[in-house]
Amino acid sequence: MTLRDRWRKIVNFVMLSLTGVCAVVAVSMLFLILGYLVYNGWKSLDWNFFTKLPLAPGETGGGMANAIVGSVDIVALATLFGLPVGFMAGVYLAEFGGKTFSGLVRYTADLLNGVPSIVIGIFAWTVVVRPMHGFSALAGAFALGLILIPITARSTEQFMVSVPQTLREGALALGASKWKSIATVVVPAAYRGIATGMILGVARIAGETAPLLFTSLNNQFWSNGLTQETASLPYMIFIRAISPYDDWRRSAWAAGMVLLVGVLLANIAARLILSRGIEVQK
Amino acid sequence: MASPATTSARSPSGARAFFARLASGDEIARLITLAFACGILLLTVALVWQLWVHSAAARHKFGLGFLTGTDWDPVSGQFGALPFIYGTVITSAVGLLIAVPLGVGAAIFLAELAQPRLSSAFTFFIELLAAVPSVIYGVFAIFTLVPLMRDYVEPFLKRTLGFLPIFSGYILGVGYLTAGVILSVMTLPFIISISREALLEVPVEQREAALALGATRWESTWHVVVPWARLGIFGSIFLALARALGETMAVTMVIGNDPTIHASLFAPGYAIAAILANEFTEATGDLYQGSLIALGLVLFLLTIVINALARLLIVATTRRGSAHP
Amino acid sequence: MTMGTAKVPSPSSAAGKPVTQPGKLKAVNLNFYYGNYKALHDISLEVPANRITALIGPSGCGKSTFLRTLNRISETIHNTRVEGQVLLDDENVLTVDVTALRRRVGMVFQKSNPFPKSIFDNVAYGLKVNGFRGSLKDAVERSLQRAALWDEVKDKLQKSAYALSGGQQQRLCIARALAVDPEVLLLDEPCSALDPIATAKIEDLLFTLKDQCTIVIVTHNMQQAARVADRTGFFLLGKLIEYNTTEIIFKTPTKQETEDYITGRFG
Repeated sequence: MTLRDRWRKIVNFVMLSLTGVCAVVAVSMLFLILGYLVYNGWKSLDWNFFTKLPLAPGETGGGMANAIVGSVDIVALATLFGLPVGFMAGVYLAEFGGKTFSGLVRYTADLLNGVPSIVIGIFAWTVVVRPMHGFSALAGAFALGLILIPITARSTEQFMVSVPQTLREGALALGASKWKSIATVVVPAAYRGIATGMILGVARIAGETAPLLFTSLNNQFWSNGLTQETASLPYMIFIRAISPYDDWRRSAWAAGMVLLVGVLLANIAARLILSRGIEVQK
Repeated sequence: MASPATTSARSPSGARAFFARLASGDEIARLITLAFACGILLLTVALVWQLWVHSAAARHKFGLGFLTGTDWDPVSGQFGALPFIYGTVITSAVGLLIAVPLGVGAAIFLAELAQPRLSSAFTFFIELLAAVPSVIYGVFAIFTLVPLMRDYVEPFLKRTLGFLPIFSGYILGVGYLTAGVILSVMTLPFIISISREALLEVPVEQREAALALGATRWESTWHVVVPWARLGIFGSIFLALARALGETMAVTMVIGNDPTIHASLFAPGYAIAAILANEFTEATGDLYQGSLIALGLVLFLLTIVINALARLLIVATTRRGSAHP
Repeated sequence: MTMGTAKVPSPSSAAGKPVTQPGKLKAVNLNFYYGNYKALHDISLEVPANRITALIGPSGCGKSTFLRTLNRISETIHNTRVEGQVLLDDENVLTVDVTALRRRVGMVFQKSNPFPKSIFDNVAYGLKVNGFRGSLKDAVERSLQRAALWDEVKDKLQKSAYALSGGQQQRLCIARALAVDPEVLLLDEPCSALDPIATAKIEDLLFTLKDQCTIVIVTHNMQQAARVADRTGFFLLGKLIEYNTTEIIFKTPTKQETEDYITGRFG
C-alpha cells in the first residue's frame, strides 16, 4: 500500500469515527438533561409538591399545586381554543381548498409556526391583557392556543392528504355527501396521525414559558377564575431556578423533572401510536 | 332536487348545483372550514398589525436609528436595539458554529454508517431532544453549563487563545458563549433530523458509483453523498438559525442581562427575546413599551425571513428527484 | 504492468500494453447471504482474461448479486455475508484492501449514475481520488476515446453530465470506470434503460474494450448475450446451472433448465 493510500485509510477511519462520536454526543444530551433533573429533582419530590401552595424561601412543606392546576387550566383552555380551529383549518386545506387560497393559508400557517413564542406573547398582551387591564389565564390560553393552531392545522392536513383518494371515492360512490365522506371515512382513516399531531402540539405548549410571561403571569395562591393571574408550572420553574434560594432551586428541579417527564412521555406515546398505526396499515 | 349519487369530487358550478350542495350540507361544511382557515389569516394579520401599531411610539421617535442605537436607558428615554440584535446574532452564530459540524457529522453517521435499527433508535432519542421545553434547557444550563464554562472551558480558552479579543476578558460563566452553547444543544436535533433525511434521499447508486471507483467510504460520503444533499442540509441550518434567534427562556437564564455590546464571548450580554422576557412587565409608558414591542417586531421580521429561506431550501430538496449542479 | 502495485499508470505506459493480461477472475464455492437468506449457492466460475463473459437468468436469480460480490460493492448493504473465495490472479479479493480491489475491478451500473458534476470532473473523479499524478486532461481524453464518447463531448467537457442523453450518460459512466485502468470491467445490465441504437453502440464498445480488459456483463436480454459474449453462465434461483461457451449454451445446452430458459418457456 502506498503512503497515500495509507493516509486515505487513516483519514477514513478518523472521520467516520468522529461522526460516530457526534451521534453519541447528540443522543447523550437527552439522557444528561433527563438524568440531571431526575437525580436532583427526585429528592425534592413529595406529596406536598402536588398538594400544597408555594411558600416563602426557607419555609418547608410548600409545593406547586397551584402551578400544576394552573398549567392544566391554561393548557386545557388553549386546547379548547386551538385544536378545533387548527383541525378545521386543516380539513379545509386538505379537502376543500382552492389552489391559491390554500397556498396562502398554508404559507401563513407556516409563518405563524415560525414566530418566536415570546412574540406571540406580545400579541396576546396587546389583544387580551391590555384591554382587560390585567393578566389572566385567558390571555395565557389565547397565546398558547395561537401556537397550537398552525401546528394542528398542518399536521391534520398532512395526514388527511395521505389518505388515498380511492377511500373518498368509495364513500362518494355509495351516495355519501362530501362532508359525510370526510367525517365518516377520511378522518377515521387519518385519526392516528391527527391524534399524534394534537398530542405533540399540546405537549409543546404545555412546556412553553415565554408566552405566559406577560399574559397569565404568576400567582402565589390559587387563582379565583380565568380572569386572574394564574400560576403555571413552566413559569414557576423559571422564577425559582433563577432565584438565589437553595430550597427554591430544589423545587425548580423537582418541577422541571415533572414537566420534562410529562412532556417526554407524551411525545413517546404519540410516536408509538403513530408507528403502531403504520404497522397496522401494512 | 339533485340525487346524492351524482355528487363528485369536483362539484359542478351553477345555481342549481349550489343549492344541491347546500342541501347536502357540503357547502356549509366548506364555509365553516373556510371560516377557520380565514381565522388563521386574520390572526396573523392581526399579529403583524398589533406589532406595528404598538411600536409606533418608538418608531416615530427613533426611526431606523432604533436599529443602530446602542443605549438602552429607560430612565432617560433612550432606546436602541443594537446591543440586543448583536447579542441575538452572536449567540445564534456561536450556537450554529458548534451545532452544524456536530449535527451534520451525526447525521452522516446515522444516514450512512449506522445499522438501520441503531440509526432509528438514535434518531428517536435525538428527536425527543426537540421536545424538551426551553425552560428545562435553561435550568440545566444554569446549574451545569455555567459552572462548567466558568471553571473549565472558558479559562482553558483564555489560556490557549486569549490573544483573540473574543476569548479575552473577565470570566463570569454567564455570557454570550454559554448562551451559544445551550443554543447549539437546542438546535442540534433539527439539524440532525433534517440533514439525515436529506442524506437518506441520496440515490444509493451515487454512493456506489464512487465506491466502485476505489473511493473510501468517507471519500464517497464527503465527495458525493453530502454535496447531493446539500440543499436539505443548508435548509436545516437555516431552520436551526431561525429557532435559535427566537429562543427565549434558556438564553434569558444564561446570557447575563447586560445591555451593552462586548467583543469578548465571555462577557455578559443581552438578546432580544431575553430583554422582552425580563423587562416587558416592568415597562411603563408608551415609549418604553413601544420600544420593547419594536424589538419584538425586529425579531419577528428576522425569523420570518430566515424561516422562508429555510423552507425554500428544504422544499427544493424534496421536490427535485435528481440533483443538478 | 498490473494494478497490483496500486499505482495508477501514466498515459504513456498504456500504449505498450501486452494483448493478453493477467486478470482472470475466479469464484470458488461462493455462498452469499442477505441476513439469513441464502442468495447464492456454491458458485464456482472462472472468467477468462480478455474475453466477454455474460451472466444470464430470470429476475431474482442472483446474477447481479454475484456480480456485486466480485468488486465487493455488495458490502454496502447491511447484514450480508460471503463464504468462499473470489480470486483475482489467484489472490483472494475478499481479504485484500477493498479500495485497491476496486481500482482493478471497475463497475458500470444498471441505471447510469453520473455525478452532478461536469463531464470532465466525472471522468476525472476516480483519478483524483486515487492520487493520479500526470495530466488529467490527457487521461480524461483517453478514457472518453476508449468509451467512444470523445467526439460527442470534446467541445463541452465543462457542461453538466446531465445534459447528455441516456445512452451518452452510460458511456460516460463507462469512461469514468475506464479512467482508472481497471483489469476487469463489470457491467450490471448496462443497456436495460437504453434504446436499441444506444444499446448497439455500447455493445460495439465492449468488443473494442475486451482486448485491454476482461469483461463480465449481466444481462436479462438473451440476444445481447448471444451477440457479445464469448462465454455465458446461466443462473437460476441462486445457483449456477450451466457455464460454457456461448455457442454451446445457446445451441446445445446440456441442462434442461438452460434449454427451458433459452427457448422462452419461462421469463
